[in-house]
Amino acid sequence: MKFLCVECDRQMLFEERQLPGDGTLAAAFRCPQCGRAVGLLTNPMETQLVASLGVKIGGTTIDPQPLETVRGMVTTGREDAFEDGNGETGKGKGPIPAWSPEAHERLARVPNFVRGMVKKIYADYARERGIAEITPMVMDRARSDLGLEGM
Amino acid sequence: MALNIRTYHDLTEPDRSGLPGQIAAQRRRVAARLEGVGRVVAVMSGKGGVGKSFVTAALARALARGGRAAGVLDADFNGPTIPSLLHLPVARCALHENGVEPVTSPEGVRCFSMALLLQDGQPLGFRGPEAESHVWRGTLEAATLREFLADVAWGALDRLLVDLPPGIQRFQELVDVLPARPAVLTVTIPTAESRDAVRRAMQFAREQGAELLGVVENMVDGGFTGRAGEELAGEFGVPLLARVPWHPGADVWEGVADRL
Repeated sequence: MKFLCVECDRQMLFEERQLPGDGTLAAAFRCPQCGRAVGLLTNPMETQLVASLGVKIGGTTIDPQPLETVRGMVTTGREDAFEDGNGETGKGKGPIPAWSPEAHERLARVPNFVRGMVKKIYADYARERGIAEITPMVMDRARSDLGLEGM
Repeated sequence: MALNIRTYHDLTEPDRSGLPGQIAAQRRRVAARLEGVGRVVAVMSGKGGVGKSFVTAALARALARGGRAAGVLDADFNGPTIPSLLHLPVARCALHENGVEPVTSPEGVRCFSMALLLQDGQPLGFRGPEAESHVWRGTLEAATLREFLADVAWGALDRLLVDLPPGIQRFQELVDVLPARPAVLTVTIPTAESRDAVRRAMQFAREQGAELLGVVENMVDGGFTGRAGEELAGEFGVPLLARVPWHPGADVWEGVADRL
């Protein structure tokens, strides 16, 4: 999938991705010559197709997690299927991030089947950016930046 | 007047999404994970209910008894039975940076299966829009197969047996994701109906460039009539590896395992 600014005959560049949380996806692409931006808006089925392939529009900056698609997508998984916990503090150069009470509460609503992986992804994101405290706002930003639909 | 629009392949500037690159990276992870696997053997049949999983588990156990490192990937995500057939202990799956550890049977067979992950009695459910779910469900199952291959820490194995569900779709997905064609072991029961269904699967596997190792005819004293195994072996010029009765002895499996 590529976007062409027909007037400038230039390939438009990915700029930003947003995940409103309703299964849709919005991505902005901008022409490097004239600066005009266009939005790619996908419906839930189209978003799902992309997610099913295990790829992310706009790319990703974090390593894939083991069984990332399975853990993120299966809804009938056992709560105790995985022995999680290793590396939940994340990796990166920054300090080990703290979790605000609101972020903790939000994390607690994530099914246990995937919670350890989600926690690690947010912690990696925070440490790599030197973020000291993970808040719901940080989680929202990470979801958008990393393309974590549904996490 | 029509616009003069360049086409997809005309645009060669770097693309931050790099979707083809992401797909290629997935393939590389599969290849890297399987570097220590001597041979991937797909156990397939065009027909359901012929005992593929039973045969797969028995062969894996025979390999392990013979001192060879064996693994089983249960690729029947909607009806997984391999853990039960291997008498796997109930265990949580251990995760580490390098992947998820397979569960090991008392005889040393390494296994991974959707049965290890699902709630008891629950079907495999995926999050997603309910309308037109057939459009994306197959893609998710293919992604599941890829992750079971790439993210399970299989380690060094002499043989990795892949227990396929009936039909040819999962085999196609396996071919798509593996770095080389898997060898194929086909299972049938004696009937003409099974023969006709399995023939299609064998033909498909051959067209995909897979090596056909041979045919196992299962349930030969089960009241079925026919000689599907012999006929299929003759048609495809491959060995009939075994005619397996309802209660086979260990020697039956060891004879087949030696030829995988």
